[in-house]
Amino acid sequence: MINPTVVDLSRLQFALTALYHFLFVPLTLGMTFILASMETVYVITGKQIYKDMTQFWGKLFGINFAIGVATGLTMEFEFGTNWSMYSHFVGDVFGTPLAIEGLMAFFMESTFVGLMFFGWDRLSRGAHLAVTFLVALGSNLSALWILIANGFMQDPVGASFDPKTMRMQFRSFGALVFSPDAQAKFVHTTLAGFVTGAMFVMGVSAYYLLRKQHREFAARSFRMAALFGIISSLAVVTLGDALGRLDFLVQPTKLAAMEGIWHTSKPPYAPWKIFAIPDDKTQKDLFNVSIPYVLTPLVAHDFTSPIPGVDALEHSARAKVIKGIKAVVALKAYGTTRNPAALAAFRANESDMGYGFLAQRYAPDQDLSKITVQNLPSIVQKAARDTIPNVFVEFWSFRLMVLLGFVFVVVFAFCAYYSLRNELEKHPLLLKAATWAIPLPVLACEFGWITAENGRQPWTVFGWLPTFQSASSHDVGYMVFSLVGFAFLYSLFIAAELYLMFKFARLGPVQHLTQTPHAPAFVQPALGQPGFTDKSWADNSWQ
Amino acid sequence: MELYVALKVTWALLLGILLTGLAIMVGMDMGVGTLLRFVGRSDGERRTALAIIGPHWDGNQVWFILGGGAIFAAFPTLYATSFSTFYIVMILLLFSMIMRPVAFEYRSKVDASRWREAWDWAFLISGALPMIIYGAAFGNVLQGVGFHFGWDGQYYQNESFIWYLANPFALMCGILSLSLAVYQGGAMLMIRGEGVIAERARRYAICGGAVAALLFVAGGIWVQFIKGFMFAQPVDPGMAATPLNGPLVLMRTGAWMNNFHIHPLLWLLPALGLAGMIMGSFSLIARKPVLGWWLGAVAWIGTIFTAGGAMFPFLMPSSTTPSESLTVWNASGSEYNLGWMLVFAVAFVPAILSYTTWAFRVMRGKVRTETVIADEHSY
Repeated sequence: MINPTVVDLSRLQFALTALYHFLFVPLTLGMTFILASMETVYVITGKQIYKDMTQFWGKLFGINFAIGVATGLTMEFEFGTNWSMYSHFVGDVFGTPLAIEGLMAFFMESTFVGLMFFGWDRLSRGAHLAVTFLVALGSNLSALWILIANGFMQDPVGASFDPKTMRMQFRSFGALVFSPDAQAKFVHTTLAGFVTGAMFVMGVSAYYLLRKQHREFAARSFRMAALFGIISSLAVVTLGDALGRLDFLVQPTKLAAMEGIWHTSKPPYAPWKIFAIPDDKTQKDLFNVSIPYVLTPLVAHDFTSPIPGVDALEHSARAKVIKGIKAVVALKAYGTTRNPAALAAFRANESDMGYGFLAQRYAPDQDLSKITVQNLPSIVQKAARDTIPNVFVEFWSFRLMVLLGFVFVVVFAFCAYYSLRNELEKHPLLLKAATWAIPLPVLACEFGWITAENGRQPWTVFGWLPTFQSASSHDVGYMVFSLVGFAFLYSLFIAAELYLMFKFARLGPVQHLTQTPHAPAFVQPALGQPGFTDKSWADNSWQ
Repeated sequence: MELYVALKVTWALLLGILLTGLAIMVGMDMGVGTLLRFVGRSDGERRTALAIIGPHWDGNQVWFILGGGAIFAAFPTLYATSFSTFYIVMILLLFSMIMRPVAFEYRSKVDASRWREAWDWAFLISGALPMIIYGAAFGNVLQGVGFHFGWDGQYYQNESFIWYLANPFALMCGILSLSLAVYQGGAMLMIRGEGVIAERARRYAICGGAVAALLFVAGGIWVQFIKGFMFAQPVDPGMAATPLNGPLVLMRTGAWMNNFHIHPLLWLLPALGLAGMIMGSFSLIARKPVLGWWLGAVAWIGTIFTAGGAMFPFLMPSSTTPSESLTVWNASGSEYNLGWMLVFAVAFVPAILSYTTWAFRVMRGKVRTETVIADEHSY
């Protein structure tokens, strides 16, 4: 018997630890390439200030990086410690990208990050630059393999179920690696990381500009970050659109929940909801504002494809649940007796096996063989209802992510424009906005994660293995122990992280200034005159 | 089918190599963490000890991560079952491990003695506890673990977790593992440290090597009296990878010695381990830490492969349902998966070894306390 409380606590723990880990990952992904860009300029131009920039931002990067590494350990443990059935069921496919990640990416990133921090005096300029690029490459390759693994959960390609071993068997490496979902998600996620890194560097620089501190340092950092950010934020929106279309093709339940589509309509009428308060219980909106004829071209990229709504999806799921129950009953018979007739019966309904597992929790004693003609309809009804993820959460996390994405494009566009015109200091409001925007990309990334993973529910492997079935068979006490420990440690960590981040960001690149032999005399700029282009920060005497 | 068996054996061997690499490299850093409060009396001395492994701990830690990833992919059922059955222990291991990266990066960033003192405790816990748990895991597995499987491949635990922590044989293995880590960390502190740090480290490392040798011999004798596992009849190594409907497994006192009786050459493994520990301690007495470090690596190789050689092909035997014991034959990934992973291992392991060597070469040389104190970027 699967204990629902253990499953819920396992989900809670995984969600919290993953969301927590993901507070730090995007910044790592983006910062490594920003650091590499800064150092490239240093190596090409030989200007000391770019080395100072690399070192200062590198220090802030390090504070973030350490906690990202630490909390990443948790993620690798948790598949085994909390999701044993999942690990057994898909380890043959899912474990492989994780192992390759270690071999190809994580070793590279972690070995060279030490040299990046401590090798400045021991490596030539070119060699150190290569090291920084290898760190950037390593961290982003790491994201690639993780998202290939995640892509398999969303769209399980390259594997098939093997009744003999009771698990998914790896069949095609190419299909797994080039899964469209994994590839689009990789680019989308790393670009989101670039946006996060760019916003961080830009926001902290804006803080210095507002206070007229470290002006050349801040203005140069600001410009690089703004340019980096505008490109990344435009690209992230484009890839987001591609992902939406993929969801339409392979995860229609996710798409229906994202867009709050309760009913299938005749194409191309499907309305796009600007605002809605979806109610999952009654499967209706308490309130909505929508524009008809927009959704079809938006997600399907044509005018003829029907967008299936929750009603149609649940209806088709009911048929699958009935076939799935037959498949699982036959599978159990085959598993215990190795009877070829049972195998044949399983093969007949194999593709709906996951839906049978989904029904298992509603069967008497969680035993499908105890299903009777009387209780079948209500079990099928409940299991089919389960195939729809929570619409309210999905609808709003998706909308907030998209909204934030467009906000970033606007902020970066203005910042890049005024930075290129050297007029930043005339726009303190923009600088303030840039500073306050620092945490927003992290927030958008978290909403993105919720959209992707809440929308995957009720499955851990879409269509094959329900989340309910995936957890380890623990006692509740085990879960309480680990949850309390995580809450305690992670609270301490975030407090220490924020304290150090604020401390060193406020402190600014001071040490670097005093180390520079020819510190510039501070020139009070003539600001506020209309049309005046302030270039005083570009004082070249600093080199 | 022949290819499948070859791949299974290759991955069992690679698993051994990974567990050894993990023990040597992570163990070294854990040893330094454990010794931190003892070899460094002042803040400057402690920072020096940290700076010695500072550029490398992160890379070394990947051995640990890769170990987890490789078990997940190459032996999925082993990963699923062992991590879940040992839940409380694994979570304790995890809690202590995640303190370490943060401790490295944050400790010296605030100049307050209470802050630094707190992180130094974190180093002690995150150094000693994982090594004890690492060794204890071997000790528990050697005695068999209480679990069985449901029809769908889900495991069920049949005993209390308290046993995993309070099991005397496992604790002895844990202390053996901690001693070797202290030895390896001490040797590294001697290689790159100077003066008092190297001197103090030398004393602890010599003790570590000696204790390890004693416990290794004691463990060897103890194993004669515990129940090992063996197949009742010869089995087909190419069997389907599932613990269900498996062949009959017997529990017999001294069964872990069977492989040594059949292949006497295996005796070289414990001999290698013991020689590494004893000669290693002597080389540290003779102040030859580089030689000592490598002999420590030999000691780890001998120890882990002795355990593996005794158990092969068993990976995690079940003491309550022996026929559902996890073995190299029934817990592995599919042929296709093991093949692809081998391609990647062959392509990347040489690259990893070469750039790790390069990184150590770049950062070679003595770490001076004066330089560390003057450099505020240093750990």
